[in-house]
Formats: sequence, C-alpha cells, structure tokens
Amino acid sequence: MRVSLFVPCFVDQLTPKVGLATAKVLKKLGHDVEFRASQTCCGQPSFNSGQWDVAREAAIRALTVFRGAEVIVGPSGSCVAMMRNFYPELLKGTAHAEEAADLASRTFEFSEFLVKKLGVIDVGAKFAKKVTYHDGCHALRELRLKEEPRQLLRAVKGLELIESEEAETCCGFGGLFSAKFPMISTAMVQVKGGALARTGADFVVSADPSCLLQIGGWLSREGKPILPLHIAEVLASDA
Amino acid sequence: MSDAKSIFLKDATVNAADGDQRAFIRKALGGYYTNRDLQKARYRDWEMARDVASMAKWTAVNDLANVLEKFVGNFERNGGVVHWARDAAEARAIILKIAEDANAKAIVKSKCMTSEEIHLNDALEKAGYGVVESDLGEFIQQLRGEAPYHFVFPCMHVKREAISELFTKHLGTAPTDSPEELTMIARRHLRQLYIDADIGITGANFLIAETGQISITENEGNARLTAALPRIHIALSGIEKVVNYLDDLSVLLPMLATAGAGQPMTCYNTLYSGPRKKGECDGPEQFHLVLLDNARTRLLADPEQRDALHCIRCGACLNVCPIFKNIGGLAYGTTYQGPIGSVITPHLRGLKQWNHLSGASSLCGACTDACPVRIDLHHHLLHNRRNAAKESPTLFDRLFHNGFNFVIKRPWLFAAGGRIFRATLPFLQKLPLPYMRAWMKTRDLPKAPSQSFRDQWKNQNV
Amino acid sequence: MSDARSDIFARIREALKVKAPKPHLKGDANAGKSSVAAKPWLPEGGDDAEGSLLILAEQLAKLKAVLIRVPDRASASKALANLSLSKKWKKVAFHGHELLRPIAAGLSCETWEADASFDKQRLEGCDAGITTCESIVAQLGSILVSSATSGGRALSVLPHVHVVVAEAAQVVPDLGAALALARARHGEQLPSMLSFITGPSRTGDIERILVLGAHGPKELYLILIG
Repeated sequence: MRVSLFVPCFVDQLTPKVGLATAKVLKKLGHDVEFRASQTCCGQPSFNSGQWDVAREAAIRALTVFRGAEVIVGPSGSCVAMMRNFYPELLKGTAHAEEAADLASRTFEFSEFLVKKLGVIDVGAKFAKKVTYHDGCHALRELRLKEEPRQLLRAVKGLELIESEEAETCCGFGGLFSAKFPMISTAMVQVKGGALARTGADFVVSADPSCLLQIGGWLSREGKPILPLHIAEVLASDA
Repeated sequence: MSDAKSIFLKDATVNAADGDQRAFIRKALGGYYTNRDLQKARYRDWEMARDVASMAKWTAVNDLANVLEKFVGNFERNGGVVHWARDAAEARAIILKIAEDANAKAIVKSKCMTSEEIHLNDALEKAGYGVVESDLGEFIQQLRGEAPYHFVFPCMHVKREAISELFTKHLGTAPTDSPEELTMIARRHLRQLYIDADIGITGANFLIAETGQISITENEGNARLTAALPRIHIALSGIEKVVNYLDDLSVLLPMLATAGAGQPMTCYNTLYSGPRKKGECDGPEQFHLVLLDNARTRLLADPEQRDALHCIRCGACLNVCPIFKNIGGLAYGTTYQGPIGSVITPHLRGLKQWNHLSGASSLCGACTDACPVRIDLHHHLLHNRRNAAKESPTLFDRLFHNGFNFVIKRPWLFAAGGRIFRATLPFLQKLPLPYMRAWMKTRDLPKAPSQSFRDQWKNQNV
Repeated sequence: MSDARSDIFARIREALKVKAPKPHLKGDANAGKSSVAAKPWLPEGGDDAEGSLLILAEQLAKLKAVLIRVPDRASASKALANLSLSKKWKKVAFHGHELLRPIAAGLSCETWEADASFDKQRLEGCDAGITTCESIVAQLGSILVSSATSGGRALSVLPHVHVVVAEAAQVVPDLGAALALARARHGEQLPSMLSFITGPSRTGDIERILVLGAHGPKELYLILIG
C-alpha cells in the first residue's frame, strides 16, 4: 500500500524521531511511504480556540495536500481526530464537504491502521522493558481506540505491559488549554503522572505525542524515573 | 475580562493547588466508579438504553409546545394549579404570593436546583418566612451559608469534622466523627419541622404529559415527607423537564440512578398527580406547580445545542470530569457545575460573561461518554468557544491565530520558523512570552532536535 | 403586557422553527419507540415468576432490605409478631386493609389504623408503619406503594420502620410492568401519590459514605406471602 505520512507540526519540529519511527515500521511491513512536504499543521489549535474560520482554511489546505493519497497515516490520535471528525464538521454545508468526508475515510491513526486496516498485530519488534499505556482522549473517545495499541504492545517481544490506575484519565494537555489554564492543567498531570509513576514502569507509551509532551514535561520536572515514548518508537525497536 | 472570569481564575488557582482537598474529592468519588460499573453491567445493553433515553427526551424537547400543553391540561384536570414564570423574579413572586395567600409561616424544602437558580431561599427569608432545607447535604450547605458544591452531592467537599463543628455551633449537639450519628442529628432536628411546616417546596425531575404527573427522585425520604405533611405543596420545575409517556420513566429512572450515583434505582421515585384526593387520608390541600423558562427557550432556539435540554441532572458528567475534580464545584460560580454547567450557563446567563467555562476544559470527552441521555457535552464546549469568538473576538486571539495561520499556510515559512524556534528555544524559555511562561512553570519541554522531521526525511530520501 | 404563559409558548414555538438533528445513536432508529413493551436492553426482571423471585431476593439483599417469605397469611401474622417482639415495638401504625387487619390484630403492642383517623404527630410517635403495596419490581427490588393502597402518603415514610405485606403474585418483572399495572388498575383516577421504594432510606451526603435512615425508614421489611 502507498502510505502518505501525516506528521503533526510539533512532531516535525520537536520530536522528529516519532515520525521516523512511524515510517520505519510501515516500510518494514513492506509499504511505500511518502511524506508530502507541503503539509504543516492540521489547524486544531485554532479550531479548539473557537477560531473556526482560521481552522477552516487549514482544513481546506490539508484537503489539497493529501489529494490523491491512497491512505494517510498519522502518529497522533488527536491530529487524526481533527481530520477524521472535525474537518467534516468544519466544512459542513460548504463545497468541500464531500472531499472532507473522503479524506476522513482515508485517514488513520498509526496503531489503528496497523490493527484495523492491515490486520497486523505482531510487527516483529523487541523491547525488553516495562511499559504502561496512556490512552490519549482523542484516540480513546473520538476514534474509539482502546484495545488496538495494547494488542500491538502485547505482541512486542520482551515487553511487559502494566495498566495504571488512571489509564483513561486525561493528562491535562488539551493544546492551548495547558497554557491558558496552566493551574488546572498542572493539577491534572499531577494526578495522571503520579499514577503512571506508581506503576513502576520504565516507560509511559502512548499513541498521542501531544499527551507525551505534557506527561513527559511534568515527569522530567518532577524527576520521576519514567520516560515518555511513542508507540511507534516501541514498535520500531528491535533491541 | 468578565468579573465571573476573574473570580473563576482566582478560585480555580487556589483549589487546583490544594492537594489535600483534591485527594479528598477523588476518594469520595472513588466508590462511584465501582458501583456504577457494577450496575451498568446489569444492563443487557447500556448503549441501547442510552439511545432510548435520549430519544425519549429528544422527542419531547423538539415538540415542547404540544407536549407541555398536554401535560398542563392533564395536571390541571388532576386538581393542580399551574403558574408560569418567564424569569426568576416572576417565579419568586408567584411563590411569595402563594405563601402570603396561605398565611404561611414555616416552609420546608426538599432539594431543588431550580430553586437555587432563582435564589428562592433569600427571597423567602427576606419576606420573613422560616425556610429549612431538608436534604441532608442541602441542610449542611444552608447552615454553612454556601451554595451546593455538586448539584447531586451538595456537601461532598465538607469533611465530617467540619460538619460536626457546624452542628455543635448551630444545633448545640455533641461533637462526633461518625457520619451515621451526624445523619441522625439532622434527622432528629428536622422531624418536627416537617410536621409544623405550612408549605413544602420540591423540585421535579420529570413532568409526564400523558398523565399530568410530576416525578421526584430522591434517596433520603425528605421529599416524600415534604410533599406529605404540609398543607400546601409547591413544585418548581423548568419547562424542559417534560416527557411524553409514563413508560419513559421505566428507562429514565434506573438510568438516572445508575449514571448519577451508581445505584440500581434511587431510593424514592415518586409520582404526584394533584393534591389529596377524595378518600385519601393525608397529603396537601393545594398542589401548585411553577413552570419556569428563565432563558431555557434561548437554549431551545439553538438547534445545535438543544440537546443540552435533555439533561436529567444526574450528575454523571461532574463525577467523571477531571476539571471538576481538580477545581471543585464552587469555583464555577454557577448553579449547575461541571460540564453541563459550562455548556448551559453561557446560554442562561450570557456568553460573554461565562464563555471562560467552555475554555477551561481539555475537551477530554469523559462527560459525553458518561451522559445517559447522550448530550454532546464536550463538543458543545467547542461550539460555545466558536460562538464567543464570533460574537466578541479578542484582539490577542485574532492576532495569534491569524499570525499562526499566516505561517502554516506557507510551508517554507513554517520550516524556517521552526528552525529559528528550535535554535532559540533555550533562550525563548527564559523570556516572559505568553503561553510559554505558563507552560514552563511546571513542565519541561523536550530538548529541541537540531533537525526537523522534514529535513531528516529530505536528507534520507535524496 | 401579555401573560407569561402565552409569552413562553410564543418563545417555544419561535425557537422550534429550526429543527434539531437527532442525537448520535448507536443502535437502530426503532430505539425511539418508547411503546416497546419488552425492553431487552434494561436489567433483567426474570422470564417467569420463579425467575423474578430469584432476582428480587438478590436485589433486596443488596439494598439492605429484608425479605421474609411465608407460605400463608397465618404465618405472615406470626412473622410480623416475631418481628414486633424482637424489635420491641410499642406503637405500630397500619393501613386499614383487609389483608392487614387480621395480621395487625396478632400483635401484642398498641396498633392504630392510621388512615381511619390520620394524625401526623401521632404517626411520628409510631415505631413502625405497616402497609400493602401496588406491586413489587423484581428487576430493581422496588416496591410500588400508593396513597390508595398504602394508607396515604406519610405512613410508608414517616415511621422508623416500614413493613410491606404482599402476595407473591404482586411481583412483576420490571418497572414498565409495574407502571402499566397501576394504570390498568386505577384508570384515569390515579392515586395522588405513587412511589417506588427501593430499599431503606439512605444518604451518602457525608463524605459519600452510605448511611441508612436519613429521613425515611431505617429498616424496610417485605413479608411476601406464597
């Protein structure tokens, strides 16, 4: 299959290894992977801030960028939810409505793509560590992905998966929310991060790099001995 | 910044930093999850039950004029008196008039959020009536002189020591740390008050159009007593509480209990149709129902968010909300706290004043999943944000997002900007930049890589 | 100035000029038909009488209500007398019903037919209230009382103990059946109060810790005959 990568803007700039790992896994499974460099941001920050006219422009841009792509795969539940669920809402009643629905049907979150579209559970990865999984809210509740990433992780050789107490609790990121209401966002990550640290896992793994930014940022500041890691990085590992 | 917003920010900041209180609230709600899941598991298809419950409300709300008319006809046929109130002031005036005509002195109330909404107690007390809240949580909040913290669990934030002190101070009882004994103190204190009261005021959970009955849900038995012993019963209800059929309750009552409190059924679910009937030995001589609009029709006029009027006030969305759990119910400054409050308050009391509540959410969606009548809660927070941005845009937001858009529309500029951003990140973190400073206060950013993904990809694939 | 009623109706009609979309349903469109008699998505209420009784017993136990099953009226009378002795009741109020009169007559304490000469102060001084009921819902462990069949509104909630005496045939599988039965029995003349009682009165208002007997009865007994 010819896969067009959708790399979230902050992954592009701050955690490029997540994008590279995503490509590595897909290539290993025998797929052609392309990256269309005209892509930038999906427009979610503006959408969530109520600036729907601005977000609409970003959505229309994305339609153009990914025109003709067979499937689009992004290593971010949140950004994929933006394209899958919110582009159609943004472009409802416009000339782009149909194309938005079409894009939505071709766009997949990375773990979803592997399990639901390709039917792959064991990608042949090795990772001899204890990990706990964090459900990003968008992956969990907008895309309804719960078992897919766990199935992938359980198939990784040497990996021990530990569930945390607050697996489904929001980490408090919420995009600009984390900066507009930092006190609430921090209280939330204290609850989340505390529960993750108590698992005794070496890594907190998620399909949402934005949650990992928040969780990892707090864990680092607090000096907790558990590191953030994207699920693509785990699946790309062979050691 | 609106007054409501600045108070919110102040209170939320204080509460979010109070680790002990937050842990206390989390612990108090811990049992809720276990019980709710146990009860949900008894449903053969919970999701289907949610469909049916939401359609029962949808059908009534979208045909509100006809359903309400039918209800009122049947209610009056049963011997009740209906009063209409466009707003809070009218509702208060109606109730004061009933009390005056009846030459009443003492009033006992059972839990009714709508009465909080219209600030009824203040008005009654100012007019010289003795008013006592009979629901244990409301009674405690009345003694504390504080609004309910959670619209189902009004005093869940108060520790037993504080309740004991409160009772010692107001009721002269001996200190105790037993919730059981504290409950019995309130029970003993209120008993004679029910018997002596002239008027009992209750809310209503459902108005049943086909039979003209009102349905009241409660656990303690205080609403039962309030509607049994005084000679006048006044019920106060929003106009949206109406449903078409009595049989709708066979779904709504158990779901209300399970979603809201993890119970199979709330202890007392009571249907009233009129005052004491011929041949009945007790019950009030008069039964009044005050039907309140108070901007509910404004929400009704928004088809996108009309489903917020489906709300059965179960409290499930508060119980699962990480914002509620971390800032507490009082910080909202609203009658209805939590996600549903953040959705409807801008409609009831003004978007400009109250939109900050829609902003104060990570949009995690736990509320929407918990709602037994499928209100699209977290998406409505987005809708409120959009409406506010359109109605009263702030200059900062316009500049920030248009600036951002200018960059992301131009991939070359995005790449160049990214390069500068990464190179100067250690320096930027020290500057008092909006957003950045707030973030960096409690969290680290990852070390910026020297090359972006797009650069590495280009190099790899040359 | 127009009156509030017509103003509110005018606002409603104006507001509803624009239609709202249906909620995002998970199932099929039939879900909206609330007249569907069997509701196979709700908790089970039992397929037959025996099944319903099993579920009822389980639900009542979880609710901390006490179920006493007896074969006939004579043993119901004996069960109540035992209860009265063990609890040391001094005054008991009961609903003047042909099922209850002979049973109450077997009590050694003071008994009072509350609905014959209602007095709320006197009722408050009673240790227990004894009533019949409309029906019993197996699905949820709820007992449906009414102002017609339970001696008015207060008898089943003001005394510290509530005892319900009923025939096993009064057990219905679910809430829908109980509501339908009440309507069939009373027609247009519904009692002014119908109340589903699900366990003894309770509160969790203090630290979400369960306490029984908040304002209503602390104890609930169901004596089921047959």
